[in-house]
Amino acid sequence: MSLKKHVKLGLSALALSISFNSVAAEDPIKVGILHSLSGTMAISETVLKDTVEMLIEQQNAKGGVLGRQMEAVVVDPASNWPLFAEKARELLAQEKVDVIFGNWTSVSRKSVLPVVEELNGLLFYPVQYEGEESSENVFYTGAAPNQQAIPAVNYLMNEIGVERWVLAGTDYVYPRTTNKILETYLMDMGVAKEDIMINYTPFGHSDWQNIVSDIKRFGSAGKKTAVVSTINGDANVPFYRELGNQGIAASDIPVVAFSVGEQELSGIDTAPLVGHLAAWNYFMSVDNDANYDFIDQWIEHTGNEQAVTNDPMEAHYIGFNMYVEAVKKAGTTDVDAVKDAIIGVTVPNLTGGYAAMMPNHHITKPVLIGEIQDNGQFSVVWETPSLVAGDAWSDYLPGSRDMIADWRKPMFCGTFNTATGTCGASAGEMAAADE
Amino acid sequence: MWLTRPLQERSTQVFLGVLFAALVVVTFLHLFMPQDSALHVSAFTVTLLGKYLCYALLAVAVDLVWGYLGILSLGHGAFFALGGYAMGMYLMRQIGDRGVYGDPVLPDFMVFLNWLELPWFWHGFEMAWFAFIMVLLAPGLLALVFGFLAFRSRVTGVYLSIITQALTFALMLAFFRNEMGFGGNNGLTDFKDILGFNLRTDATRLGLFIATGIALAIGYVICRGIVTSKLGRVSVACRDAEARTRFLGYRVERVQLFVFVVSAMLAGVAGALYVPQVGIINPSEFSPLFSIEIVVWVALGGRATLYGAVIGAILVNYAKTVFTGIMPDAWLFALGGLFVLVTVFLPKGIAGLLQKRRKAKTDNDTPTGQEATA
Amino acid sequence: MSICRSLTLLLIALVCLLSLPATAQEDDPGKALLINLADAPASKVEEAVNAIVSSGDERARGWLEAYGNNRLSRVKDTGQVVLVLNNRGRDWEIADPLTGENMGEMSRRELDRVAINNRIRGQLEGILAMLDLNAKDPDVREASAQDMMGKVDASLVAPLEARLEQEENAAVRNRIEEALAIYRVGEGNLEAVDVLAGSLHPRARAALNEAARSDNQELAASATKALESIEQKLKLNRAAETLYFGLSLGSVLVLAAIGLAITFGVMGVINMAHGELIMLGAYTTWGMQQLFPGQPGLALILSIPAGFMVAATAGIIIERSVIQYLKGRPLETLLATFGISLILQQLVRTVISPQNRTVVTPDWMSGSLVINDALSLTLNRLYVLAFALIVFAGLMLIMRKTRLGLEVRAVTQNRAMARSMGIRATRVDIMTFALGSGVAGLAGVALSQLTNVGPNLGQNYIIDSFMVVVFGGVGNLWGTLIAGLSLGTINQLLEPWAGAVLAKIIVLVFIILFIQKRPKGLFPQKGRAAEG
Repeated sequence: MSLKKHVKLGLSALALSISFNSVAAEDPIKVGILHSLSGTMAISETVLKDTVEMLIEQQNAKGGVLGRQMEAVVVDPASNWPLFAEKARELLAQEKVDVIFGNWTSVSRKSVLPVVEELNGLLFYPVQYEGEESSENVFYTGAAPNQQAIPAVNYLMNEIGVERWVLAGTDYVYPRTTNKILETYLMDMGVAKEDIMINYTPFGHSDWQNIVSDIKRFGSAGKKTAVVSTINGDANVPFYRELGNQGIAASDIPVVAFSVGEQELSGIDTAPLVGHLAAWNYFMSVDNDANYDFIDQWIEHTGNEQAVTNDPMEAHYIGFNMYVEAVKKAGTTDVDAVKDAIIGVTVPNLTGGYAAMMPNHHITKPVLIGEIQDNGQFSVVWETPSLVAGDAWSDYLPGSRDMIADWRKPMFCGTFNTATGTCGASAGEMAAADE
Repeated sequence: MWLTRPLQERSTQVFLGVLFAALVVVTFLHLFMPQDSALHVSAFTVTLLGKYLCYALLAVAVDLVWGYLGILSLGHGAFFALGGYAMGMYLMRQIGDRGVYGDPVLPDFMVFLNWLELPWFWHGFEMAWFAFIMVLLAPGLLALVFGFLAFRSRVTGVYLSIITQALTFALMLAFFRNEMGFGGNNGLTDFKDILGFNLRTDATRLGLFIATGIALAIGYVICRGIVTSKLGRVSVACRDAEARTRFLGYRVERVQLFVFVVSAMLAGVAGALYVPQVGIINPSEFSPLFSIEIVVWVALGGRATLYGAVIGAILVNYAKTVFTGIMPDAWLFALGGLFVLVTVFLPKGIAGLLQKRRKAKTDNDTPTGQEATA
Repeated sequence: MSICRSLTLLLIALVCLLSLPATAQEDDPGKALLINLADAPASKVEEAVNAIVSSGDERARGWLEAYGNNRLSRVKDTGQVVLVLNNRGRDWEIADPLTGENMGEMSRRELDRVAINNRIRGQLEGILAMLDLNAKDPDVREASAQDMMGKVDASLVAPLEARLEQEENAAVRNRIEEALAIYRVGEGNLEAVDVLAGSLHPRARAALNEAARSDNQELAASATKALESIEQKLKLNRAAETLYFGLSLGSVLVLAAIGLAITFGVMGVINMAHGELIMLGAYTTWGMQQLFPGQPGLALILSIPAGFMVAATAGIIIERSVIQYLKGRPLETLLATFGISLILQQLVRTVISPQNRTVVTPDWMSGSLVINDALSLTLNRLYVLAFALIVFAGLMLIMRKTRLGLEVRAVTQNRAMARSMGIRATRVDIMTFALGSGVAGLAGVALSQLTNVGPNLGQNYIIDSFMVVVFGGVGNLWGTLIAGLSLGTINQLLEPWAGAVLAKIIVLVFIILFIQKRPKGLFPQKGRAAEG
């Protein structure tokens, strides 16, 4: 965009109030991209913006969808949660986009959710999250807790023989919920309460001396100990550094992380971390031609030979292709038609299998456990024998044990209570669903 | 008495006139222009303008303490956020059993974390009048205690600024903790209605926008009233020569405390109006960087003018909206550059520019027009 | 465990083989062994490893090490097992494991990694450690004996005892005895409990803990007693550890704040871009490591002057372009430098990358200085602590003993007077700001060894830095030092008791209350300058 145009737009106070409404049949399909390009989350989210742009380019090279080209509308919510809601509204109400790919943090999704529901938009959310949500308008292409946390714990318990658990996380809703679920799950499996240590730290925590020393002490009780880490983003580098320096090797106390992927590792010297684990649904190192092709395209798109791919990128890859398929199936970009069409759509994922959109708006995924290698990659050491379908409502939380989500008619409900046989508990929600 | 005085002032009349004209025009264009007309103001824009007005009120509150009292508060975001949380708690209670878990009492995030009963400080917020009092009281009390301690021991200048920053930083960390019972990082969200009006309708949005405009008008008049009263003149004296004022027999700390508390309450009101319009309140509003940003709005608009604060807040936030849309990769350059340029080239802000112009004009008209600079 | 039994075999075989010349045959038995390993399903891996170990092949160690490091792969087409020399990027450099001959580069697509997991890696470590027990260097022997702790099983007892007979080095003997005792306690041996009674090693404690829970009353009682005496010792060590943690965090705070103490404390510039100057120092370290690949240590040392220069230059640019126009308007410097900080952050995002950068820790800075089994001081933090003290001493020297320091003090105390004495105040301003900025750059170099190097680095330290300077008393370098160290220590003392978040909140509240008591910080500036 030229500078002149910026100035023009900036100066015109009316720019805000101009509404676009002339929609011709051959207009491009508008794809909103709602990822932070500045602020604290830019570190994770910018690559997702690039991914969607790349996917759009490729789709257009293939002739677009339904003979229409696709066009990216990029905005910057700047890691500011209210701004996420505002930008979502801008995308849907002003720009009239057909679909949004966006968000990383739970709080940003919660902020956007009411807007997307009110304006009946489509949102593809690509990050592993705490579950406990199913919206008519949101498609969760990242992992729910049962697609990441529980298989990982099973692996540690059965393959490594872990008996003592440290659940360490950043203090926000995803680690809180995951740890709650894991705690219940572990106690169900017969782990004693004193064999579980739970620790929360603030965002960006950088001084891990005390905590790592605590973990070390906790691990010297004569039982095999492991750390389940839901530590977020920036705090990981100093955490792993401290682990390495205090001499905790993966063979003593393995750490399995749910938020550390290739992107995060690219900022760490991984030599001291070899053997620590991560659980994801995709690793860049997966030996598969579809994956190698994707990596080649990504490197070409970014022009950086060192560029890495990661799990949320694969989630966008899947989500984007599902959207394209659903639009083809529905023959239109009309939101309600696409919502109907997309359930059951199956597209290839990058790990050699297929991902299907379930009625609860979550998808099927394989769960992979990878060990960190000295080249900043993971090597897959274990994989679930079959695909796991995402569970919107956890079986291990008292409030949601009886709830299921099914967005097919006639049920068409995100909070169906199987015990009472009603949708949600309130008349209000049902009335809203009837509309 | 002191409240009616500002109404006779020329500058206040102009300000209120412009504000009300804007409210009326926006309302008219929103309601009576057809959807596809180029002049139609969409609900999105109305809410956006409402948000700007909240920020404007917040900026006025900061200008009151910084411009007229000489206290550079780097923690006004805390008062704003407390007001916001009070409102957010009311809105959460209004959801009732329409949350995803259908619990009639507990908000979703509490059910989610296995809380069994409502924490004590959540009681009462189901009643609007109680919540609205808390909107004033929570920030007011915090300002009272904090100000009492600080002013009594004569903490001044940069020390005061830094401990206000420490205050908001500590509160941010505290509110991030899930144990606190304010929803942690996710904050409070998914509001349904306010005073019985559905928050997701355009009419409610327009109503909130108008309410914010009126709140800004009232806040502005209160601030003008204070600064033109005797108290205001004493506070300016504190700003310019604290020791001298004290030796003249004024109880400096009382004046400071009063103005500080009023300003905190205004910030609280701004926060309370902000939350239903943006739909979320989260601890990041406590972030020290946000508080610094508020100060930047005021500086940009022109310190110690009040209307300058309004202009600054609206301008910066409008620029943000535009830049994050059209140049997402580079908008921080523009914003940062703007701050630098304004401080270097416009030390008195935009208001200073306006005054200079007016002065130049009055100088031309009447060569002896000196009072215009006052 | 069968691996260990075959280990003994390997030891014997090795001794025999050492004298024989290497034989490179057409029909290398190693080839079959490696293919056998690569083909083995998870349940058969152990067998395949054993086969390699008991083959007595002198290349076995290299293979197993490569296997443990994920460096064994198969060529998909030919099925040949190869050694991966470099596994970064899309094309990997490979070599023949049998001859060691370099086979050039091959696309990742063509290669299939030979899988390994933690369990097998743990066993491999045991095997490699056992091999090292025969090394000439006593330090290597001690280290490998230490690695054996907790990994001894029935089959290893005999070879270890044999080793113990031959061993002359007391430290190594102690280690081997402890390692054996850990195994024996597990078997219910009472005497072994006494051997472990004084040991602070976590594995020893683990073994005693387990024994204390056993059904054998006598054993449980003596194990509990041994544990009690250990706990006593541990308490002291823990206190020392916490103090070290505190001083370490404190030194980080001091480093981050000391540059600010100059620009803010001495010059009165509220420099919000201070954090970004730190960031520049950290990125300089990264840049230097890119310039000297493979020599992280040298790069780090060179980064010290380079980081200083880069940040100082940035400081001069900021001073000349903005701050000089804001003389006497300290609060406005806050606004302008806030803008600069936004620009610098976004600049790094755009020019370099929004992602964090990898800064490698040189070998001599990783790991820890072992005082005893329960107390070890992490080396990187130890270096940072020393570095902070050196920087502080250097600054004090400059301020007290040099002409520049004298002029700076003169200008801050009375600008007009200093000017009339012939001091060029403008020049002093530039030099002071450059000095403060340069020190921020030094802090960045140090922080690159502790935390993320990314665009947000500066933001994480700016608030803490201001707290430290204000708490210590603006304009007083000693105050900054004491404030930083004491705040760090308080924080770490509180942390085990209150948790990381609450500890930080308590410290902040403490600062707020402290300022009420002493409105000018710990060491208030006296005299006329205080009024300015």
